[in-house]
Amino acid sequence: MNIFKRRFVRTSDAEFTIRISDEERDLLDHLVPQLRELLMSTAPTGEVDPMTRRLFPTAYNQDAEDDATYQEQKRDRLLVSRLESLEILETTSRATTLSVEELDAWANAINQLRLVLGTRLDVGEDDETTDMDPDDPDNAPLATYHYLSHLLGEILDVRMR
Amino acid sequence: MTSAASPNPTVTQDDDTDTELDQDVPWVVIVWNDPINLTGYVVFVFQKLFGYGLQKATELMMDVHEKGRAVVSNGPREKAELDVFRLHECGLWATMQQDK
Repeated sequence: MNIFKRRFVRTSDAEFTIRISDEERDLLDHLVPQLRELLMSTAPTGEVDPMTRRLFPTAYNQDAEDDATYQEQKRDRLLVSRLESLEILETTSRATTLSVEELDAWANAINQLRLVLGTRLDVGEDDETTDMDPDDPDNAPLATYHYLSHLLGEILDVRMR
Repeated sequence: MTSAASPNPTVTQDDDTDTELDQDVPWVVIVWNDPINLTGYVVFVFQKLFGYGLQKATELMMDVHEKGRAVVSNGPREKAELDVFRLHECGLWATMQQDK
């Protein structure tokens, strides 16, 4: 891997090239079905798996009744939207070029993974990889979380350029 | 985004405010600070969803980051609900309330 070469490059107004490794694509292929399963396993209304609470936030924080109505009306649409982004990432995980819409779906799906992993790991803003304890059983998910943060940063860098 | 400044925007009260709501009072959409979303991602979402320029989107992100919250849009209830939904789609922590 040439570490001095940009891995995401805009080649036209509507297209980007991706040069990430097969191992990284393997990781994405490994993570996406797990998140889909987690999303699909949550109850349609009412109790939400604590790991996915960041994916289904409160809308009316000053009125529980309004919020219940909102969640009833919007939760399924939000779920469908989340699954669509995951599907685009899954079907294009081996692609070497992406459209703007596909790249945005990657950003969305990768951020979903970060939100769930970050919630599971209870990360704080100042958590850095240098703080990692070699014996901590959370090392693997924490490394994955930091990797996804880096990957999302690369996408944002090229997307906003 | 910082983890300390923002109160958790979960449901905190259940006032019977419906009867008091003035239909003419606009709603505001608030984005809350959180420890997971990247600052650059928040700027990107503000630009993409609301068409804000880089400067305005960055200023709003900094308000969220430093003050714990920022009003990112306002308008009638239906528009506010749509904006909240789109922000939730992007994984941001957004709520809405009347601007009283």
